[in-house]
Amino acid sequence: MAEISRDQLLHVAALARLELRDDELERLGAQLNDIIAAVSKVAELDLSDVPPTSHPLDVVNVWAEDEPRPSLPVEEALANAPQRDGAYFKVPPGGTS
Amino acid sequence: MSSTEWEPVIGLEVHAHLKTRTKMFCRCELAYGAGENTRTCPVCLAHPGALPVPNRKAIQYTIELGLALGCEISERAIFARKNYFYPDLPKGYQISQYEAPLCGPGALDVPGGVRVGITRAHLEEDAAKTVHAGGATGRSVGADYSLVDFNRGGTPLLEIVSEPDLHSADDADRFLRLLRQTIVELGISDAEMEKGTLRADVNVSVRPRGETGFRPRWELKNMNSFTFIRRGIEAAVREQIAAYDRGETLEQSTYDYDPDTDRLTVHRSKEEADDYRYFPEPDLVPVAPPADLVERLRSGLPELPGARIERLAEHLGVESASQLVSTGNDAKAEAFAAHGVEWKAAAALAMNRGDFLPENAEALARIVQANVTREALDEAFAAAASGPIEADPYLAQTALGDESELGPVIDAILAANPGQVATYRGGKEGVLGFFVGAVMRETQGKADPKVVNRLLREKLRG
Repeated sequence: MAEISRDQLLHVAALARLELRDDELERLGAQLNDIIAAVSKVAELDLSDVPPTSHPLDVVNVWAEDEPRPSLPVEEALANAPQRDGAYFKVPPGGTS
Repeated sequence: MSSTEWEPVIGLEVHAHLKTRTKMFCRCELAYGAGENTRTCPVCLAHPGALPVPNRKAIQYTIELGLALGCEISERAIFARKNYFYPDLPKGYQISQYEAPLCGPGALDVPGGVRVGITRAHLEEDAAKTVHAGGATGRSVGADYSLVDFNRGGTPLLEIVSEPDLHSADDADRFLRLLRQTIVELGISDAEMEKGTLRADVNVSVRPRGETGFRPRWELKNMNSFTFIRRGIEAAVREQIAAYDRGETLEQSTYDYDPDTDRLTVHRSKEEADDYRYFPEPDLVPVAPPADLVERLRSGLPELPGARIERLAEHLGVESASQLVSTGNDAKAEAFAAHGVEWKAAAALAMNRGDFLPENAEALARIVQANVTREALDEAFAAAASGPIEADPYLAQTALGDESELGPVIDAILAANPGQVATYRGGKEGVLGFFVGAVMRETQGKADPKVVNRLLREKLRG
């Protein structure tokens, strides 16, 4: 199984907005490679007859009716916010979807 | 400048907020304009361990839209995680659909225009609302910090993707207006650009006419006005042609259109293009729309605006027909026409005097076809807006068209205004309006203007 390259690691870190030191890159790169190796075990099996499975349960159409339920009180919603401004969550500047 | 004839190639990705009471994956109530962060819960704030449960109504609405666009409805649709890291998306991913959307290929026929292929329509959740604060520009670039209101986060969002079948800003405008009208009439979304409940990403490229492949496209993100979409397309086409004329090659990029300067600026280039790493959402099971539900929704579809425009266009032409349908006045025009009013007059009445109860259509049709006074006509329409009316009292107020009555009135007015008569006879026929006005005053508005005009011309000719 191909090893994850340093460039790939940096790319994934950038996507998660993470800045990693060299020693962190080394440690996390090794861990990621271990994970990939473990998951790659599956590739050793012949799965040509197995349909792609997106969910372990053979269940469909789990949904709820469109009936409102109470939301959190604002103070509770903001309780874990590292920073707030009035009733807003205040966060480092970032992009918009 | 080269002599190449360039053909614009345009495709749209349209997003509409669905008109459900609650969010897509939790039961927080949707409320536009509610206080910040008053509509949140562990699911839409992405607290660890919170699990999403889809909104059945939103799924139904998406199927209805798909059926209206002739789409194939998936027998097994799957939600997928679209991973990206912005503060308006607390989970670090948006739940969307990727390989298995609810609605597959379909088409929307734009009357008098093109058939626009629909690639797919799927269901996803909207991001939260971010206010960029501090910094010089008020935009995310250069802001000091961002403020996030999660009330909108998780709103059910319908995404409709068109094929690149549009070849002008006009085409795109007509397609989008018809699609919007269809969405609104299905009752699944208010689809109001001003309120942000309808937005579009516009993909634009150009190619020499005759070329069949596609060149790199520019994506104009989050366009929220029909005018800006039209101008953004025109700007992109203009700038791309200019670049090709200079011998440049273009790359696929995302652009922001600035309506103030009419210019496009690069939002994201290809190198920094998003890498969403989609995968099936493990927290949600597939949606397999039951066949009986799909059939029930199919048979419940109303007659759609595109079909109504086609029908009315036979009598009125596409432009008038589209105008009637997009203003919701087509049923009234049809009611007038059904009761004998000529089509063009019926359309004009519906557009200009459309504010009446439908049950009064027949009485009004009789009144407008009769020779009643202007006053009677105004009174009839005013009364018809608030309650049922009878035609007869208005029909009794016939306009004065009897020559033996009007003749002496006109003679007296001409005799009293010899100077104006001379002016008319000297070739300035615009004075006619003066005489018509005088006759109408003299008869308290009861004279039939058509008869007055004819008599005046005859008598002035001398």
